[in-house]
Amino acid sequence: MDDDEEHKDGGAAAPSVIDRYYTRWYRADMKGKPCEDHCILQHSNRICVITLAETHPLLEKGRTISNIDYQISNGCSRLNNKVSGKSKRGGQFLTEFAPLCRITCTDETQFTIYSCIRGRLLEVNENILERPALLQEKPSTDGYIAVILPKFEESKSITENLLSRDDFEKLVAGRDAAQAMGVTQQS
Amino acid sequence: MLPLKEKDKAIVGKLLASGCCARCVLRFCCIGVPDAYRHGRRETLRQLRAFAEENHDCQNVGQLEPARKRSRLESEEAADEDEGVCVVCLGVLQHLSDASQAVQIADAVKKEKYEVDTLVLSISLPAQVCVRERSCWLPPCHFDQRSPRLARAKCGALGRRDVVQVKEAFKWIVQGPLARELGAVAVAAKSPLEVSVCFAHPETDADCHFLASTCPDCFKVSKNKQSAFTRMAVAKALEKIPDDKFLERSPRPPSRPSSGCAPPEVRCVHASVLAAFGARGFNFSSSGREDVDVRTLGNGRPFALELLNPRKSQLSPESMKNVQQVINASSEKVRVRDLQMVGRDAASRMKEGEEEKTKSYRALVWTQKSIREDDVAFVNRIEDLRVDQKTPLRVLHRRALAVRQRLVHSMSADLLDEHHFRLGLRTQAGTYIKEFVHGDFGRTKPNLCQLLDTHADILELDVESVDVDWPPALPD
Repeated sequence: MDDDEEHKDGGAAAPSVIDRYYTRWYRADMKGKPCEDHCILQHSNRICVITLAETHPLLEKGRTISNIDYQISNGCSRLNNKVSGKSKRGGQFLTEFAPLCRITCTDETQFTIYSCIRGRLLEVNENILERPALLQEKPSTDGYIAVILPKFEESKSITENLLSRDDFEKLVAGRDAAQAMGVTQQS
Repeated sequence: MLPLKEKDKAIVGKLLASGCCARCVLRFCCIGVPDAYRHGRRETLRQLRAFAEENHDCQNVGQLEPARKRSRLESEEAADEDEGVCVVCLGVLQHLSDASQAVQIADAVKKEKYEVDTLVLSISLPAQVCVRERSCWLPPCHFDQRSPRLARAKCGALGRRDVVQVKEAFKWIVQGPLARELGAVAVAAKSPLEVSVCFAHPETDADCHFLASTCPDCFKVSKNKQSAFTRMAVAKALEKIPDDKFLERSPRPPSRPSSGCAPPEVRCVHASVLAAFGARGFNFSSSGREDVDVRTLGNGRPFALELLNPRKSQLSPESMKNVQQVINASSEKVRVRDLQMVGRDAASRMKEGEEEKTKSYRALVWTQKSIREDDVAFVNRIEDLRVDQKTPLRVLHRRALAVRQRLVHSMSADLLDEHHFRLGLRTQAGTYIKEFVHGDFGRTKPNLCQLLDTHADILELDVESVDVDWPPALPD
């Protein structure tokens, strides 16, 4: 028990909290925008955490976030979301393409982060409003975007349109290869 | 010789031909003599076949139908072979009630190290056995629509109330060998030790499914049940469904399964406390609870049992001590201490303690960066740290979303190597320790990752003590 081999060297091979309790799902090129990949962490209790995939342009080196806005339209702010009781009454119901927030960078580029799945919004991460850098430092943990509770009967079907980790990694590998080809052709 | 009567002869032949085992034939002939079931299976089968043959000989040959002739021929051919899996009991009264099975049940009981002189056997059968049984005792008779006259004559012998239950026959067969195997333990009708033997036969579970369309109201799907087709629901539906409808939907004779039930699951429940008070049941409540992978060590956890409808309302302290000894002697897996009678107010105090008490934990923590003695000293210095915990994602599906303030009274770290240390914690009850260590996506603030400025994870967790001075300690 004391000598957990995987943890011995303190290396990255140890299964993390996410590895132990969550399944990773991906949405690539959200809304047709290249590389705007989202990662959905589904807990074994069906709760989903929406995060940026490592490949999202926001996480590219040299980008600095200047503003995160959960006010997605004049009438609707995700910050006003309130749920009450065990059954989480009152949360905003989101569909696949419902925007969660808009993130603006110092270079004037703007990205919209989407729900990716149908379900009830439980909370958005307010910590990133105070420390936008969290989003880039720890995109899959402390820099999460939102927590969504899918309907009980849809908890299996919501992932049908998403990519598994393997499929996503293949897609990214293909994308990198294509890019390399493009570069060589241009030069 | 088997205690069969002349009028049983026709039925015996029919039942054998349709795939009933010898003992099920005896049951359908309402043989209520336990000894009849205790003979060897093959011997009984041979006797029954001989008995049925006699019957054929007495009958007018002209009345015999070709189908019957065939089955007779087959039965002659198969006389020396073993019978197939019974279409009704699915093997329970065949190989599953052999002496070797009694040994296995006895072993399961011995393993628990009970010190008792009696036990009660309880048998649980697959629900489809009821369906299959009905298919056999149904009056318009014995798989032979072409001779209704004969069928009606047989109905008299087949009063379904008198048919011997599979459970009953199983107990008659097994209890002798079981008691011999266990030595001084007798199989009784009532005993605080209940040994339940559960049979399942997934291959034929679908037998019951047609009942759902005829009696939908009997099968309410409930979250806690694995299947809506419980024995109670199936029995209720079978009471409701008229014979003609049943005949339309269910094969007769029942289909022959390819294999019998798997070896049964044996569970033992010792009801010392219930027996001492003569209670009908209980509600269990405890001072808090842990995750499945967390052990509760130390002096254990305070708990209370509410006894339902007890026959006695008081027990002398000596008798209580006795009950405690019986519990502690009955298994190596459970220990109780300071067992005593308490009032309703004491039980509610235990529940209040759930929020107010302190708990001590011991955790094994891994950190990404290597930690040094000054990190340890820093952790050890922390006192009464106020932690804001959002309902952990791990339990958010069943608890309301809220931020709860909890106190970590003190911590002590014990370095194991650069990346591992043992962390002792004393905290206010209700603190989620796992989340305090890994931070739960930054939803518990502060957390150990923030305090040590590294990535940290929790590998093991044990409760060392639940610090509540309840119940009062008793002298030994």
